[in-house]
Amino acid sequence: MLKKLLPLATPLLAVTAALLLSALFIFATGRDPVAIYGKMFAMTLGSDYGAGQIVFRATTLVLTGLAVAIPFKVRLFNIGGEGQALAGLLAAAAAGTALPEGTPPLLAITFCSAAAVFAGGSVGLFAGWLKVRHGVNEVISTIMLNFIVHAFVGYMLTWHMAVPSTVHTTEIIESAKLPMLDGLLGIWKKSPANMSVLFALAGSLLCYIVLFRTRTGYEVRAVGIRPEAARYAGIDARWHVLGAMAAGGALAGLAATNLVLGYKHYYEAGLSGGAGFLGIAVALLANAHPLWITASAFLFGFLEYGGLTVNAYVPKDIFMIVQAITILMILALPKLPLVKRLQGLLSPRSEP
Amino acid sequence: MEAIVLENISKRFGTVRANREISLVIHKGGIHAIVGENGAGKSTLTKIIYGMLSPDSGRMTLMGRPVRLSSPRQAIQAGIGMVHQHFMLIPDLTVAENIMLGDERSRIFAPLGIENTARNIAGVAEEHGMHIDPFARVGDLSVGEEQRVEILKLLYRNAEILILDEPTAVLTPTEVSQLFDALRSLRAAGKTVILITHKLDEVLRVSDTVSVMRRGRMVATRPTPEVTKSDLAQLMVGRNVLLRVRNPPETPGRTVLEVRGLTCRDARGGTRLSNLSFHIRAGEIYGIAGVEGNGQSELLSLLWGMRDEGMICSGSALLDGVSLLGKTPAEIGSLGVSHIPEDRLRHGVVPAYTISENMIFGRHREKMFHRFAGFDTNGVDDYTREMVRRYDIRCDTEADPPLSGLSGGNQQKVVLAREIGRPGLKLLMLAQPTRGVDIGAIETIHRKILETRDRGIAMLLVSAELDEIVALSSRIGCLYKGTIRHEFSTGEIREGRSREQEFQKEIGLHIT
Repeated sequence: MLKKLLPLATPLLAVTAALLLSALFIFATGRDPVAIYGKMFAMTLGSDYGAGQIVFRATTLVLTGLAVAIPFKVRLFNIGGEGQALAGLLAAAAAGTALPEGTPPLLAITFCSAAAVFAGGSVGLFAGWLKVRHGVNEVISTIMLNFIVHAFVGYMLTWHMAVPSTVHTTEIIESAKLPMLDGLLGIWKKSPANMSVLFALAGSLLCYIVLFRTRTGYEVRAVGIRPEAARYAGIDARWHVLGAMAAGGALAGLAATNLVLGYKHYYEAGLSGGAGFLGIAVALLANAHPLWITASAFLFGFLEYGGLTVNAYVPKDIFMIVQAITILMILALPKLPLVKRLQGLLSPRSEP
Repeated sequence: MEAIVLENISKRFGTVRANREISLVIHKGGIHAIVGENGAGKSTLTKIIYGMLSPDSGRMTLMGRPVRLSSPRQAIQAGIGMVHQHFMLIPDLTVAENIMLGDERSRIFAPLGIENTARNIAGVAEEHGMHIDPFARVGDLSVGEEQRVEILKLLYRNAEILILDEPTAVLTPTEVSQLFDALRSLRAAGKTVILITHKLDEVLRVSDTVSVMRRGRMVATRPTPEVTKSDLAQLMVGRNVLLRVRNPPETPGRTVLEVRGLTCRDARGGTRLSNLSFHIRAGEIYGIAGVEGNGQSELLSLLWGMRDEGMICSGSALLDGVSLLGKTPAEIGSLGVSHIPEDRLRHGVVPAYTISENMIFGRHREKMFHRFAGFDTNGVDDYTREMVRRYDIRCDTEADPPLSGLSGGNQQKVVLAREIGRPGLKLLMLAQPTRGVDIGAIETIHRKILETRDRGIAMLLVSAELDEIVALSSRIGCLYKGTIRHEFSTGEIREGRSREQEFQKEIGLHIT
């Protein structure tokens, strides 16, 4: 039993340690950490609107987290979630405005989501192709692609797609908009939480099933754990690299369903808000496990929105520090001698 | 005088008791062999002596003084040195630089004085019959020479007690003799040598005292002249084992694999294989004898469709008339070829996968294991249970734990079961099938190999163990510098088995 819970120990310890450290920071700004945390909980989990905000933010983070996690399974570090998401946002907005008014909702939503998935997936696939064909390190290529996509999207917006004297595109057609959960179920009143949260949850479940229940996933994981053994077993890693990068990009692109179809209904500069980068942290905290990513995304959504709610008392930057410390802890904790010994005690190894 | 006295040393890892109340006396100026199956606790014990692990309980006395070593650095200062199975040398530095490395920091800004050191090293080396050029680049040395560097490194640090872990695993017969001469010379100079091995012949040849470990316990310590090989084997496994498997005459059929004029150059233009030709018939084992690095791995990876980048090859390799060259491993596998790679932990299995997942690894494309887009888990489990039973794999099939929890021998049996079980198997390539495997498992593995041969499968056996090659092969090709230099016929081998020592020497002549 204890052994089963061991993988959870590191993230939990990391989050706790980060929260305690931030309490020190809050204390240093002259506030009472307990009161601040109390207020934060009341205004997020304790309120209908706050909870909806967390769901809304987590939706994006689940998808950008998966965008990092899937390539991670074949030992690739996709830093390009931001660029892939941006490409998806613009594509969804463009698709949504191009459709004739009166397109049936199912068709309109499918078309816009597909455009976003295709755009994000292409950017990811390109990085994968560079890796397979030319051996370009994916960290470098995805970072560079972030710049390229960012510049391209900026150009398209200002020169071709923006409503004059604004920084956003025209609104997408009515039938392409995803229903709010407020309107649909009457929960999380007035919050931006929308139906796309179902897409995100389905995405995480689908990734889990593909990875752990299919032959493709069996090969993918083998490539990630033992690339050389996979080669001997006749597994061509190149296809899995391409597939994982394309899937990662597509998932990041799917974030457009939340931000464009579900929330803003147009693309505006800065809409992604760095969610692509935060996805890296989300995936790391969850150890790239598709299901745990959901939990990790909710935690980060909570920290992000929680920071905003108490911004009047303490700078919200403190909660960005919490996020960063959490990640550093995740990376550093397993290396600490004490933790190593604990793990050694709990998981008996055979003779080395 | 006693060099090392161990009293009631115990060490456990989780629930595994690696060493249980071990008491041992190692005399100064002797060669003391410690033998035991894999997992018997030999390496744990040596790591304790060398300060890499600290015992849970027990006492250690060094040259009459009680000690508690908590790091290899302390062990070295106390005069204990260890040559690991995998050498720890830097290929780009010279012999002398490697030997000084780690010892030069006491005078970081002073001149190195490498000339003097080099002269000293050469002197010490000659004194013990280990010829070495102190200015040679380590990357250019043979494995045997690298080992000498490791030993000289210890002598340079004034080690009085030398621990050698499986020192002969990678050596040619000549190099083994040279090593043993060096060890005898060191003994004459008053040094103490602790030899960890599982090659019983060598124990009998070189050691003064032999200790046998089994399941974490020290079961016997005897003067070597008083024991025989089968005594030791019996002590190691606790029952009588056949060191020689019964090898009934083979009945070879049609030619299955025909390799003709295979020549390969690597990216730097070095010749790896040169005009290599041989054929294997159905129902026979073609053994390739040779020292590692003479083209074995190139041949195997070529036949398995894994040519290295930049390797240029000519010649042909036909399996029942179909060329294997230029095909992928998956395609070659589907033609009825199985390959058991030499380094099975890195290449043959995924240790983090369960036993059943490993049982289909590389064969997971076969329809019989499929169900929709995933696997027929019940079918795979049944298949695994069947194989576990047939190959006597010691594991818990119900819980289906990760493969990494199994011993080396059992892991090898999983690989063997999987590869021999391939449907439509015609050719089985085996590289070092019993490396790092305990005696009990060796017996099973050898029996299975012969059984498979008698089913009419053609086999290519590459092994560094001449015993194994001689015991199993129908014909033996002696591989030297990328070509088959000499081939022994079935008759010669049958005759050679009756005068093993001489026959092995004969083979040795053709591979060096």
